[in-house]
Amino acid sequence: MRDVAVVGFAQRQMKEFDGSPTCVELLVPLFAECYEQTGWTRRDVGFWCSGSSDYLAGRSFSFVQAVDAIGVIPPVNESHVEMDLAWAMYEAWLKIQTGEVDTALVYAFGKSSAGILRRTLALQLEPYTMTPLWPDTVSLAGLQARAGIDAGLWDERAMAEVANRSLTDAEKNEYAVRKGGSSVEELLSRPMYADPLRKHDCAPVTDGAAALVLAAGDRAREVCERPAWITSLSHYVDPMSMGTRDLTRSPSTANAAAASDLDGVEVAELHAPFSHQELILRSELGLGDDVRVNPSGGALTSNPMFSAGGIRIGEAARQIWSGEASKVLGHATSGPALQQNLVCVMEDRTAQEGR
Amino acid sequence: MPRTLSAPVTVAFDYTRSTGPVVGRFLSGLRDGVVIGGRTSDGKVVVPPPEYDPVTHAPLDDFVEVSDTGTVTSWTWVPEPVKGQPLDRPFAFALVTLDGADAPLLHALDVGSPNDVSTGMRVRVRWRVERDGAITDIECFEAAVDSEERAVGVAGSGRARALPRDEAATEQPRHTAADAGTQGEDITGIVVPIELDYLYAASPEESLFYTSLSEGKLVGQRCPTCGKVYIPPRSACPADGTPTAEEVELPDTGTVTTFCIVNVPFLGQRITPPYVSAYILLDGADIAFLHLILDIPAEEVRMGMRVKAVWKPRDEWGTTIENISHFAPADEPDADYETYKVHL
Amino acid sequence: MGKQPAAVIGVGQTHHRAKREDVSMAGLCREAIDRALEDAGMTLDEIDAIVVGKAPDLFEGVMMPELFLAEALGAAGKPLLRVHTAGSVGGSTAIVASSLVQAGVHKKVLTVAYEKQSESNAMWALSVPIPFNMPVHAGAGGYFAPHVRSYIRRSGAPTHIGAIVAAKDRNNALKNPYAHLHNEGTTVESVLASQMLWDPIRYDETCPSSDGACALVIVAEDEASRSSNPAWIHGTVMRSEATSAAERDQVNPQASRDAAAAIWKQAGITSPIDEIDVAEIYVPFSWFEPMWLESLGFAEPNGGGWRLTESGGTAMDGVLPVNCSGGVLSSNPIGASGMLRFGEAALQVRGAAGEHQVDGARKALGHAYGGGSQFFAMWVVGAEKPSN
Repeated sequence: MRDVAVVGFAQRQMKEFDGSPTCVELLVPLFAECYEQTGWTRRDVGFWCSGSSDYLAGRSFSFVQAVDAIGVIPPVNESHVEMDLAWAMYEAWLKIQTGEVDTALVYAFGKSSAGILRRTLALQLEPYTMTPLWPDTVSLAGLQARAGIDAGLWDERAMAEVANRSLTDAEKNEYAVRKGGSSVEELLSRPMYADPLRKHDCAPVTDGAAALVLAAGDRAREVCERPAWITSLSHYVDPMSMGTRDLTRSPSTANAAAASDLDGVEVAELHAPFSHQELILRSELGLGDDVRVNPSGGALTSNPMFSAGGIRIGEAARQIWSGEASKVLGHATSGPALQQNLVCVMEDRTAQEGR
Repeated sequence: MPRTLSAPVTVAFDYTRSTGPVVGRFLSGLRDGVVIGGRTSDGKVVVPPPEYDPVTHAPLDDFVEVSDTGTVTSWTWVPEPVKGQPLDRPFAFALVTLDGADAPLLHALDVGSPNDVSTGMRVRVRWRVERDGAITDIECFEAAVDSEERAVGVAGSGRARALPRDEAATEQPRHTAADAGTQGEDITGIVVPIELDYLYAASPEESLFYTSLSEGKLVGQRCPTCGKVYIPPRSACPADGTPTAEEVELPDTGTVTTFCIVNVPFLGQRITPPYVSAYILLDGADIAFLHLILDIPAEEVRMGMRVKAVWKPRDEWGTTIENISHFAPADEPDADYETYKVHL
Repeated sequence: MGKQPAAVIGVGQTHHRAKREDVSMAGLCREAIDRALEDAGMTLDEIDAIVVGKAPDLFEGVMMPELFLAEALGAAGKPLLRVHTAGSVGGSTAIVASSLVQAGVHKKVLTVAYEKQSESNAMWALSVPIPFNMPVHAGAGGYFAPHVRSYIRRSGAPTHIGAIVAAKDRNNALKNPYAHLHNEGTTVESVLASQMLWDPIRYDETCPSSDGACALVIVAEDEASRSSNPAWIHGTVMRSEATSAAERDQVNPQASRDAAAAIWKQAGITSPIDEIDVAEIYVPFSWFEPMWLESLGFAEPNGGGWRLTESGGTAMDGVLPVNCSGGVLSSNPIGASGMLRFGEAALQVRGAAGEHQVDGARKALGHAYGGGSQFFAMWVVGAEKPSN
């Protein structure tokens, strides 16, 4: 396997983006930031890959216009996944592993506010017996939350702790759209919203875009003092049915953890759009209490659809670039109730490399 | 003043779905007032039956009738129902393990408040009076208060009776099966109307273009890197990714680069065929855009023809390219092929 | 670091029809998958990862359908990816699947591309009205027709060339039991007599709308010995450009030329017309055959393509048989069409194309394109392991 590192990251998030659902005007400054971070121009990028969803935009081929932001004369080596940025990154990492290219820029965007997100996502379900009932994402997460409460695996207090910590940390994150911690008691005193979930247990509807830059070997060392070397990148999916899986577990996360070396991970950015899901993820990843979770505030404070998973990887990578940590984890999820999960482990090697 | 134009868009279609034999069997059961589960290779009864066995991957063919009464294994409250959900007043979504099944079914539970629902409570299907073979034949679940009404035991025996109920119907739109057939004929298809409302916003550059049109002007933008003029303007020059900002007003005359004659109507078309759909390169622009050619027989339209915009009456104008009704031949000789061939 | 060798040892497809009302979406996919696995002599459990490809979700009205299909496709507990690159998606999906093997990440990958577009209406899904705009072109045919006109003008092509392609592909389809259209008695004359839809494209020069799926099993070198006739992957390329850009060549797009140059280089081919034995090229409207022949370098630009077609050079007994399967003109489940081209190319070099087999085919091109002639995906497969 080639050594590939995350060497650049840019993001934009807002409650409501008033521009076009193709988000081209959001992407242009993001790419500019990536070029600034690396000193590259678009011609230094060997492969481009994007993540987005036609249904979020409300039209077919909604990703096509975003290609304008790249500048595609001369034509580029480019692909697209109808998945989160984290999986677009996976395809790019894969392309670099084939040896065909040495660098990649991946990006994702989504204007969740263009429709009613929790209703739109009902289209992501089994089309014969689930979608006709229009189960919304909050309800599906609520069923999962209750399953854990009933089984004694967590309670509303544990959920409120996750929310409070996240809201507090978000105060330092200029991109978070929801911020301001208080106390567990105060959060618990707020009314139930979708029993057993309170509003702060659910990610806010967020618009936004993000981009990540990957580079192999010396290309990474050239542009970054402390490349965030990817030591493992794996993803798995579970069946969708809410009836046949144990909703308090996430086997795909456990599989991804088993395929990774998580020993010594200091910081974990976990993509948990609902507070109880962080508890499941911590458990499946086997993270001890000494691991710092979601210093960015996580998805509970900002959750732009299709970028939020990749943003976790970017936020984790930043911890390495700043020298705050030397081994980190970024996680992304997709599908209802943690159906599909990706784990990316990154390390700082400047000590070993004597740089 | 908002910086972008927005307008509502509804994406709607009545999807005709063929179900295949397994889902069809389940839905046929519902039409007949019976819940059918599938037995998987590990001996468990799953409702609804999965199309393929999770372990052997073989198509499922072992079907079992289960009761229409069961136990809530998880629930959540829905305080603000969205359009299309089984009830339009607050309700609970629940996972219900029906007697005789080993895995729960997801559906709505009609109770007045979160205080009226709990894990472990007994519930029963409220059957829709007229059923056509859809998951909504189960209108929802409701509390099963009478213990005598609990169905007993083993899957496949003591078939639970489907008692039609005539409580007030909900606003749930009725799904009609593509092939309801008569009682006993298997369901092979369903119709699922999917309607999503969006608020579409144009980009700032597109908004500029449409706003200018409402003033009778055609405005493009020039890319600072390559110098090309784009109309409609784009948020980034597709050649090099540079944001374009310099506004350039263009005349409403131009050249037809290439075109086709549309003979076939399509779903949603508002213009009556035959009509000419042509790429018009406005004078001063570096890119052509599609519009209509009228006021000339279709077969006389040719590449290189010079044209001029025909505007609708001013009081019909809005923020749209439709302010130009069509382009018509201008009284000029055709443009030389060499002058536009690079735009083909 | 180079790519590790990878081979196709299983190809499966559905019977493509206007409406496959006998199956669900899962059933459609499994029909292709089960055939591919049988061809490969493997079971679902032996597969390491699954890559799904499909065009816009609006066609079936399911967002990210690979999620609900995961269990039916045998992906539960495994890695699952979903690629969407417009019309070229079937091709780019096969390329992502190959990359997993070529990069040494997995050894046995199953890939499936499908479309069940009869659940809605393809033209509707492609033309949802956008506010402030004016829908002028009439679907895909109306979009491409002006560019076909430009090609005819540039190349001086006689007007019956498109009909030659249509008659050829439709007659080839008669030898392909899976093809959607089995129209007997198609001749150049009958095509020219069919209704003009978007002048200059006629009804019989237009692809159908089909439900269908295609699946491939792609494995690493040490697994390829399971098969007596693997199709080795000699090269894979993807290139993209903008839908519209000033002075963009819509007839012979730069991305297409760049992709072709790159694929020939990867596969070590210096004279495509001589070294490629058979090609499956994405031709949804008949005139794209001469256009792509030129763009791919099989013929000289601005006329070489139509001359090659007119000479009978692309017939099954010609110097470069094109679309012996009947091509997109005979079956077009949009999400699957690209993979069908790649899969049919593999069948040819494996000697497994049945009645539409070209004798002695050892090297073949699979080609797909999408969007406004802007996304290109291609591969070259061969009966021998690549030498590089």
